[in-house]
Amino acid sequence: MKERLFTSGRDMLNIDPVVNAWHWEIPAYLFLGGLAAGLVFFASFYYLRGKEDQMPTAVKIAPFIAPIAIVLGLIFLLLDLKHKLYFWQLYTTIRLDSPMSWGAWTLGVVMPLSVIWPLLYLDDLKKYFWNRNIVIYEIIDWLEKLINDFDFTKTIMGWFKENQKAIAWANIILSVILGVYTGILLSAFNARPLWNTAILGPLFLTSGISTAAATIMWMAYDHYEKVRFSRIDLWLIAVELFLITHMFMGLSSGTSASMDAAALFLGGPYTVVFWVGVVGMGLLFPAVLESMELLGYKVPIAIPAFFIILGGAIFRFVMVDAGQFSKYFFQ
Amino acid sequence: MRYAMAMDTKKCVGCADCVVACQTENNVPEGYCRDWIVENVDGTYPLLDLEIRSERCNHCEDTPCVRTCPTGASHVIEGGIVKVTHEECIGCGACIESCPYDARYFHPDGYVDKCTFCDHRVEAGDTTACVSVCPTEALTFGDLDDSESPITKLLKTRKWKVNAEEAGTKPQVYFLT
Ligand code: SF4
Ligand code: SF4
Repeated sequence: MKERLFTSGRDMLNIDPVVNAWHWEIPAYLFLGGLAAGLVFFASFYYLRGKEDQMPTAVKIAPFIAPIAIVLGLIFLLLDLKHKLYFWQLYTTIRLDSPMSWGAWTLGVVMPLSVIWPLLYLDDLKKYFWNRNIVIYEIIDWLEKLINDFDFTKTIMGWFKENQKAIAWANIILSVILGVYTGILLSAFNARPLWNTAILGPLFLTSGISTAAATIMWMAYDHYEKVRFSRIDLWLIAVELFLITHMFMGLSSGTSASMDAAALFLGGPYTVVFWVGVVGMGLLFPAVLESMELLGYKVPIAIPAFFIILGGAIFRFVMVDAGQFSKYFFQ
Repeated sequence: MRYAMAMDTKKCVGCADCVVACQTENNVPEGYCRDWIVENVDGTYPLLDLEIRSERCNHCEDTPCVRTCPTGASHVIEGGIVKVTHEECIGCGACIESCPYDARYFHPDGYVDKCTFCDHRVEAGDTTACVSVCPTEALTFGDLDDSESPITKLLKTRKWKVNAEEAGTKPQVYFLT
């Protein structure tokens, strides 16, 4: 039998036997970025199409999660840095070649903008949380009083209201950039054969939008909107399944390094968590539940929504971890 | 100027003198190394082929590590040597993820560190620490743009390969076979 034995005299922290430079922070950051991008996108999209009153949750309520997700994401990005006190150097240069760089910039720009949007709908948010969560209600109430206490804050809010259309356009463009960024961050690293596929970008983008759609569907109080987002989610799941198939076809017909990467999911150590956790639990199961709901069976919408969001998160954790496992060299 | 290294797999005995010399010269923290030894056994018993290599950063021509660095801490200097400015590095790990050779590591002080081709010695007209101590003279360092340099001659007369060529980084450490 042909033998092949590879022995390395090296045993370095975070490098051997497989690279392990990124831990939970990066997938969490990617997940939150994708979620925020989706929420901001839906809000500005339906607003610009004049559907403010038909899609009240998407336009008025759900976007308040976006700034929270973005701030959390930035905190996770900071936690991931080993030289934390130097993080400001991210904002001293723009390097378009480096996805880390323009992603950090995008997040930095999206963050203040995403705060503005929910401020425009404080009244609606108050109404929404009145009998749902009194703590959040009180916080919003306090915030509203604070804004109304000062003349200049009132003027600024008035100015925002007048220019909401422009803000919506800026939001839509930035949310697309943010979504695409969370997708292509990994594909920019050709050194890891699993990430070295063009499908990963669109796949992460779709999955990010679908977690946002699931969140809106979960929060929606109006039947029409629930059904609309349930449909959107079904479509997105179909697209994701198509892209996943495509990704594996691409990888398994590539070089031996990419075939090895695909094998991690086809019998390798990530098989169960991917096919059961991501595809089964995160895509197929909610798809079945939502189809039943659309056919008229009663399914509490929280269940499929929860599994879509959970599946999206697991998907990112698996891809980041497995990517670091895949390499050009035989182990 | 294009600095490169030739590593003679027929001469290397795997004594790891180069590893220790580098650790001493460059104050590499304990448990870490900028160059390392790899042993490859290939073939069908009893016709086994053993290859020992001393590996390090390949100071690639096409540098994904520099491309993905968000701050510009990773950069290329005169002669194609790839370096990291410690004060600019935020330790994001992007360069570690983008190196197909896993040649970089997090220094315990937070920044990323790697082989520098001993640029401080080379600038002073000397050769790298690993080359200077190799007892079998398996390592050769030099300028590929100089047609008279020993390394250029070696690469002309001997058969060679580079590691993971398919990764597309155009590595500049050549393994003589
Ligand atoms: S071996 Fe790795 S660290 Fe060195 S230049 Fe090439 S890609 Fe960069
Ligand atoms: S870890 Fe440092 S050198 Fe590497 S990409 Fe990040 S900032 Fe650049």
